Amino acid sequence: MMLSLLKSLLRSAAILLLVSFATFCLMFGNGTGIARAILGYQATETDVQRKVVDLGLDRPLLVQFGDWLVNAVTGNLGESFFTGQTVTSALSTRVPVTLTLVILTLIFTLILSVLLGVAAAVYGGWLDKVLQFVSVLGAAVPPFIIAIALVFMFAISIRAFPATGYVSPDRSFSGWILSVTLPVVALLIGSVASAASQFRGAVLDALSKDFVRTLRARGLKESHVIFRHVLRNAGGPGLTVLSLQTLGLLGGAIFVEQVMALPGMGQMANQSAQQGDVPMVMGTVVVTIIIVLVVNFLGDLANSVLNPKARTR
Amino acid sequence: MSAEASMIETEAEVPAAGRSVLRRLLTNPQGITCIAFLLLVILFGVLSPLLAPYQPNQADLNAVNAQPFSEGHLFGADRAGRDILSQLMWGTNGTLQGSLLVLAIAVLLGVTTGLLSGFYRGKFEAVAGFITDLIMSLPSIVLLIALFALTGPNVMVAMAVFGVLVAPTYYRLVRSVVLSVRTELYIDAAKVVGLSDQRIIGRHVLWAVRAPVVIQSSFVAAAGIAIQAGVEFLGLGDPEQPSWGGILQNANSNIYNNRFGVLWPALLISLTILALVLLGNVLRDVLQSSAHNKTLKRSRRRALLNEAQSARTTSSPARSEEAFLSIRGLKVGYPDGPDHVRTVVHGVDLDVRRGEIHGLVGESGSGKSQMAFSTLGILPKEALILGGSIYLEGEDLLADDKALKNARGRRIGYIPQEPMSNLDPSFTIGAQLVYGLRAVKKISDKQAKAQLIALLTRVGIRNPENVMRLYPHEISGGMAQRVLICGAVAGDPDLIVADEPTTALDVTVQAEVLELLRELSTERGLAMILVTHNLGVVADLCDTVSVMKNGRIVERNDVESLFSDPKQDYTKVLLESSRSVELMEA
Repeated sequence: MMLSLLKSLLRSAAILLLVSFATFCLMFGNGTGIARAILGYQATETDVQRKVVDLGLDRPLLVQFGDWLVNAVTGNLGESFFTGQTVTSALSTRVPVTLTLVILTLIFTLILSVLLGVAAAVYGGWLDKVLQFVSVLGAAVPPFIIAIALVFMFAISIRAFPATGYVSPDRSFSGWILSVTLPVVALLIGSVASAASQFRGAVLDALSKDFVRTLRARGLKESHVIFRHVLRNAGGPGLTVLSLQTLGLLGGAIFVEQVMALPGMGQMANQSAQQGDVPMVMGTVVVTIIIVLVVNFLGDLANSVLNPKARTR
Repeated sequence: MSAEASMIETEAEVPAAGRSVLRRLLTNPQGITCIAFLLLVILFGVLSPLLAPYQPNQADLNAVNAQPFSEGHLFGADRAGRDILSQLMWGTNGTLQGSLLVLAIAVLLGVTTGLLSGFYRGKFEAVAGFITDLIMSLPSIVLLIALFALTGPNVMVAMAVFGVLVAPTYYRLVRSVVLSVRTELYIDAAKVVGLSDQRIIGRHVLWAVRAPVVIQSSFVAAAGIAIQAGVEFLGLGDPEQPSWGGILQNANSNIYNNRFGVLWPALLISLTILALVLLGNVLRDVLQSSAHNKTLKRSRRRALLNEAQSARTTSSPARSEEAFLSIRGLKVGYPDGPDHVRTVVHGVDLDVRRGEIHGLVGESGSGKSQMAFSTLGILPKEALILGGSIYLEGEDLLADDKALKNARGRRIGYIPQEPMSNLDPSFTIGAQLVYGLRAVKKISDKQAKAQLIALLTRVGIRNPENVMRLYPHEISGGMAQRVLICGAVAGDPDLIVADEPTTALDVTVQAEVLELLRELSTERGLAMILVTHNLGVVADLCDTVSVMKNGRIVERNDVESLFSDPKQDYTKVLLESSRSVELMEA
């Protein structure tokens, strides 16, 4: 097991390095363009050239990337071209907001999609049909539109939740709950829709296994067969699906942050990109990829715990 | 047989051949609705120069934040007084171009690499596979945002990049189709005929991949529209050009002044995406799934089951009093269409006395396993028991669900065919045996373990304490079958239903397992229904035999008489063929 986990860790590191390099080349490839964006269109050519040299953008790309990488390993992702704030400190206030949304959504997705998936697979009939139909709808409508609809209904028509803004939990716990409810629900709808139908498939798959028939023949109660044996065997594939969903969830979170003006990574990436604040954009790209890789790694880990074959290997 | 029953057995109507895919698409209500809506959207965009009431970005200062259905502004106007309907119409063109661009790039890249990869394999496939994995692990939205820092507001470039990012979905699809087609004969035949590689790809493989690609395109176009609207919504679009996402962003930031402004762009975007997704689902149904629907209507199912139940309560057929298990008129069927059921067991009678080992032989598909599963109530979910009774010491198991549940594991045990797949891979041998035993006996965990260790020793497992700690994949097939036998007899049943218990085992292990079954039967006075296609096993173990063919028992006798004096032609054929197999093996 250690070996396969080590392999997947190495793979993740390779992906991170490769993608960072590609993004870096794209972002920092045009030094004059960056300097021009900082100084504005009135700046003279000599000012721009001076700025390029100031920022070290005239050096070969590989050297710049080497520098960036060495710093990045020690936790220094550079400074904003505009405010001089370090990227790491900007991220340290932004990442928790986005992660809160993503983690809360993942937890509720897990609970709801297991319940719905099992119910649909076991009972079948109308419940199954409704779930399949709703999951098509839920997965199709983009989260930012769901978010707008929720704001429209529950923040503007009925003033039950704040329409915008984020309250940190150490300032006011109830405020925090209120501020994250709508964004999490907005993300949850699409996420549960696709995870539940995948989970349903995994449960149906497990239900069709020979050992389920044998366990029933041995006199086991149906509830034990389902919740002990079928669920355990459907768990592995289900978790894999869930960990793969993180990617889409992060994307959704960025839009939802925009709708509800939440100070998360998406907003930071968006604002920095529109300003041309390249180090900040680079920082958010790297952190997003790290989050995705970490979640996928955790998915692998959980899978190998659930699956005895992977454990002894 | 009643008229009702004979109707069930009529063949399902074969769907009319020659109906074109397009016809089926257009006659499907969901399909035609989606197509009509999408055509409307396209017209909405293409005809905007003719139809749009206002020019793009034309502001009417008298109409600032006009409500929907106000004069001259059907959908209302935004905070600059721009007509929302006109803006949406003008914005539609950008969306159409964007989705076409995504599709063109993704199909071109994904389909070509998929074709090459599936056809030539080797290094090309390895590299393409790695790049695919890499792209699929990228957060596309973040990259599109990052791209903005490079290119500025240019949605078309963003959509082109998105096309590259979704190309892997086509790559995987096409590659897997090509791989499956490649192995098929007709490509080999084409090679023998001497067609060049390009022509083989062009002619056969492209033909096979076109349906999946069309279906996938519907979903990709939906994703493209969602992403494009999203990117525009983030403010990364050209502020000079009306766009769906841009209009939505505008309306959203102005939601306190004109709350209905968000309604129209949100509806247009979601409905267009939904139409594409639903169209994709319809296309999949029309192009891929077999037209023959095998699920039975719920009302029909209930009617058939009720009928069987009422027949059970009104007439109780003569049954053998001395028999421990007595099956009368058992009929089992499977759905074969919304109104049709195909009967696989046609009213079979069977008696098993205490301690009797009864062989049930026949070729595969003769219905013998269906009989075994019925006795235990473990038929697949879709199966229907269309009639008959199964009496266990005079109690009809089919009439009373509770009696059936109580019989399982306690009075009737089950030994399956394939040992490995019948153990739960996620639990240790000990855990699953203990769960099974404690489900039927009120004993403690400790007592259960002690009994099982004794029983495992009895079925020939050395070092049982150790084996109980192992997972199924850590033991051999022969050992697994002994574990399953242990699980079947642990609840002290009086009858064992064994479904081909030796078929999946090595020849050397087969004899040992048969010997074990015989010993257990004698020791415990166990009756047994032994389902097998192997007449050697029958001769070895059974007291009586029933021969099944096409869901009916054609001959029944004690073993010596059947082997020495077969009455039916079918039995003679079976005996002949098994003898010739024995000769060949010898």
